[in-house]
Amino acid sequence: MDAQAIIARRVAQELRSGDLVNLGIGIPTLVANYVPAGLKVFFQSENGLIGTGPIPEQGMAHPLLTDAGGRPISALPGASTFDSAMSFGLIRGGHVDVTVLGGLQVDAHGHLANWMIPGKMVPGMGGAMDLVSGAKRVIVAMQHAAKGKSKIVAKCTLPLTSARPVNLVVTDMAVIAFADGTATLVETAPGVSVGEVVAVTEADLIIPNAVPEMQI
Amino acid sequence: MRAVSVEEAVAMIPHGASIMVGGFMGVGTPERLLDEVVRQNKTDLEVISNDAAVPGKGVGKLFDATLVSRLTATHIGLNPKAQQQMLAKQVAIDLVPQGTFVERIRAGGCGLGGVLTPTGVGTLVAEGKRQIEVAGTTFLLETALRAKFALVHAFLADYLGNLTYALTARNFNPIMAMAADTVIVTAEHIVPVGVIAPDHVVTPAPLVDYLITNG
Repeated sequence: MDAQAIIARRVAQELRSGDLVNLGIGIPTLVANYVPAGLKVFFQSENGLIGTGPIPEQGMAHPLLTDAGGRPISALPGASTFDSAMSFGLIRGGHVDVTVLGGLQVDAHGHLANWMIPGKMVPGMGGAMDLVSGAKRVIVAMQHAAKGKSKIVAKCTLPLTSARPVNLVVTDMAVIAFADGTATLVETAPGVSVGEVVAVTEADLIIPNAVPEMQI
Repeated sequence: MRAVSVEEAVAMIPHGASIMVGGFMGVGTPERLLDEVVRQNKTDLEVISNDAAVPGKGVGKLFDATLVSRLTATHIGLNPKAQQQMLAKQVAIDLVPQGTFVERIRAGGCGLGGVLTPTGVGTLVAEGKRQIEVAGTTFLLETALRAKFALVHAFLADYLGNLTYALTARNFNPIMAMAADTVIVTAEHIVPVGVIAPDHVVTPAPLVDYLITNG
């Protein structure tokens, strides 16, 4: 299984029936592919839709029905559409149960940086700051390291997305939970040892006596 | 409301005007108005729009023609031309969190001086802004946004100017239709009064100043 599939499958296990869920672009988008059959989850697209469905079949796309990246999507039975004030009222107002976002860095306290690299990449924060500020639960789905450097750092060197810490980070190597300013190793990916995770993680991790392997 | 040609409507917009443009990545954007803005070569525009779309689409057309002097937006990452013009300092860009962006416009349209939001506290977004504590939570004071013109795209417009929107093309349109001195609307379909039931009207007719005629 490739790294992205490991991450997306594991994140999907965090979703509960009835959850209103917002997925960011990149790896988070893949989570929708792994929702267990029978689990009724509502996916929100922040451009104004609850009930996003799969990419339409060839020739069935509607130019006025897209995801937040402008790509054609479909709407499931029971879907609803609304304006951007409502969409961000849902997000900031604590009505979104889970948001899954990509990350550039997460630090030992759970602070996320994911919206700019000064001098290099300034795309804008879009909805990320509101999502981290307002969603009930924030999950970061990202690779554990980039170009050999840990993305789970002692302290973020990139500009923060929010002062509010995230709840969980799922990577291709581990699941790490954040609470009370600490980071705890919760699970390791299949075939990855605790020692290997620690070796490639810059932040200090609390290691429980038993760290189970992801069941994916 | 007055029905006018697209040429007539855009002729009212002076160089250097502030314009709000509806749409999200070019979906729900009044393309005919933007095409005419480009044709009439309206320069130095101060644009308020969620994003810069992509070259050749929506607000992206204004960057293709280098007509923008200032952009207030939430995301420009998918338009390399907007990024280049920002880095070359040809365009001043204010990046705003999306929920804050829409609430600032809503405030502008609803007679509020601004809004208090937790979004951005403890980040670069908070720089230079007043922080206000309410019941133990820190909020940023984000001020209202208005423009001289709002360019809005609807799905249905009736002969009076009542509007409805379709699917994800609604986005910022009904909010912007309240936050500008002059509101100019294009619609996918212009229909007789009564086709849109009162319960289904999203933007009431008195908010619309000009409706662009067909053809």
